[in-house]
Amino acid sequence: MSSVLVLVEHDGAAADDLSRQAATLARGYAEAAGVGLEAILIGPGAADAAAGLGELGVAKAHVAEHDGLSQFAPQAWGRTIAGLAGRLAPAAVVGPGSERAAEVMAHAAAIADLPFAANCISAAPGDPAAVTRVRWGGSLLEEARLHGATKLLTVAAHAVEATPAAAPAQTEVAAFTPELADADLAARVVERAQTDTGGGISLADAKVVVSGGRGAGSAEGFAAIEELAGLLGGAVGCSRAVTIAGWRPHTDQVGQTGTKIAPEIYIPCGISGATQHMAGCKGAKRILAINTDPDAPMIANADYAVIGDLHEVVPAIVAALKARGG
Amino acid sequence: MALNILCCVKRVPMTGGRIVLTADEQAIETRHLGFTISPHEECGVEEAVRLIEANGGSSTVLALGPAEAEEQLRDCMALGIDRAIHLVAGDEFDGQATARAIVEAIEAERAAGTEYDIVFFGNESADAGGFQVGIRVAHALGRPCVTGVKAVALEDGGLRLEQEVPGGRDVYRVTLPAVVTVKEGLNLPRYPSVPGRLRAKKKPLEARTPERGSQGVEKVRLVVPADEGSQTEVLGRGPEAAPAVVELLERIGVAG
Ligand SMILES: Cc1cc2nc3c(=O)[nH]c(=O)nc-3n(C[C@H](O)[C@H](O)[C@H](O)COP(=O)(O)OP(=O)(O)OC[C@H]3O[C@@H](n4cnc5c(N)ncnc54)[C@H](O)[C@@H]3O)c2cc1C
Ligand SMILES: Nc1ncnc2c1ncn2[C@@H]1O[C@H](COP(=O)(O)O)[C@@H](O)[C@H]1O
Repeated sequence: MSSVLVLVEHDGAAADDLSRQAATLARGYAEAAGVGLEAILIGPGAADAAAGLGELGVAKAHVAEHDGLSQFAPQAWGRTIAGLAGRLAPAAVVGPGSERAAEVMAHAAAIADLPFAANCISAAPGDPAAVTRVRWGGSLLEEARLHGATKLLTVAAHAVEATPAAAPAQTEVAAFTPELADADLAARVVERAQTDTGGGISLADAKVVVSGGRGAGSAEGFAAIEELAGLLGGAVGCSRAVTIAGWRPHTDQVGQTGTKIAPEIYIPCGISGATQHMAGCKGAKRILAINTDPDAPMIANADYAVIGDLHEVVPAIVAALKARGG
Repeated sequence: MALNILCCVKRVPMTGGRIVLTADEQAIETRHLGFTISPHEECGVEEAVRLIEANGGSSTVLALGPAEAEEQLRDCMALGIDRAIHLVAGDEFDGQATARAIVEAIEAERAAGTEYDIVFFGNESADAGGFQVGIRVAHALGRPCVTGVKAVALEDGGLRLEQEVPGGRDVYRVTLPAVVTVKEGLNLPRYPSVPGRLRAKKKPLEARTPERGSQGVEKVRLVVPADEGSQTEVLGRGPEAAPAVVELLERIGVAG
């Protein structure tokens, strides 16, 4: 066992946050296994991003070079990882918690015919390795034994705090050329379609999110919620009960199968607090729940609550905000 | 161009506000729960039904799960899917074993003369969230695979697919046959009609019993994460609470 290999995603200049988190877990795993930490980087600008990895304790960075890798092609990415892993026989390959990383790691696992554990929050080396992984979008954890000659896993987003290595490494950057077949490039990105940004604040990045649930009653029931979000410079969200009723588009849905949010304050109005909804708003710093039912799970999960009808409470908050210094 | 489409769905409990585990910590206590499939998979089913309505052909739904998973298969047929394959399994299979069982079923279908042009999966299962079964099946079948798809269009005998990425949508074009994993938001699934439910009872369902084999990701136990134990401060009841809310918003600096 020569090393632990971390998959580093980057913007062409530096490792991204999720990859720094993955490198932190991978470094702990490597130390516990008594081996070194190495990295694999793919895509345009990989060599530049590789040069900055010493701080994370990466002794050697393998940079894939191939014309076929200039556009994202998931199977080609997976083949590149599986090929290097086949050559280095690392104890583990650790990927970051992005969906794209999960995708390419699953391709690598399929090619190498190895097990793959997505979204781990901890991993201890051994044969089998002991991992704890996320289920149900974070509402449930699974302790599992991960088998395979090389352990393949990704690190759940924001489960591990990225820290620099106690002793920074001098990263040796080594280029390699993966062997890709035409079939590896059959599915590849051929163009980037614009989505309507509309100048609005994106749900994922908003500092304030005001959401409505079934309690809003109708599409029109969102008028005061929209006004409150507007006054606070925030975004409007909703529960799945709302999207399947057709009151709001799915792009507004917070939760396990919607958007994950991380605002300073989250204001769910008329949302019961199902685990699948909570999976999307766990990153909120504070929750202020507005609900008629004092026993709703959302109230128990919240930091602050107003018990009452959202159709009365939300307009009253809007009026009080407008009246301020007015 | 008539199409032959397969959708893979997994029966999962509707957990509600709190997850309670069985005493052996191997599963969710489901005695008081209903069951469903992932919203992603619901969109796969809806897309299959729409494609067949528009182009002709046949749609099949497959679930690997306990005897009770027949409920989810009938639900999908009530929405317009033509037939079902039930891979009966008491225990949960890991991603590799699930993919193996699905590939065997697809190969048996091929031997019987049915070749699927499109196989739809959810991007990830609701419960296990393995992010892998569709991709593994695609490799075993030697087909291209596009994941996280939010728009599907037939184009020049192949598929144009859109995947949501930060800041936009990436477009893929693949030839058929292909594997596509989809996400909620792809479409707005229909509700079942009463005649649809009645028809579903009579639609064909074939059952097989796959081998589970060894588990590469071997579950030891489930754990409900400790909640942060936040104390809830009730700011008030009804509209009279508004001043206290404004005070809070000002205190944390978001009142504008
Ligand atoms: C696999 C899976 C994935 C899922 N993914 C998601 C997801 O991403 N996001 C999501 O949201 N859900 C998701 N769900 C659905 C989830 O389980 C719940 O069904 C959904 O969140 C319920 O929405 P709700 O809280 O608006 O409705 P309900 O549960 O019906 O709650 C309505 C609430 O409004 C309150 N209320 C009613 N009237 C008023 C009023 N006038 N004023 C104030 N309060 C009022 C009620 O007391 C109640 O608490 C998923 C489910 C599954 C199985
Ligand atoms: N037991 C199962 N039966 C049928 N399909 C499944 C099963 N498990 C997973 N799948 C399919 O594979 C997708 C991805 O699952 P996973 O790899 O567990 O995230 C799911 O959304 C389903 O479409």
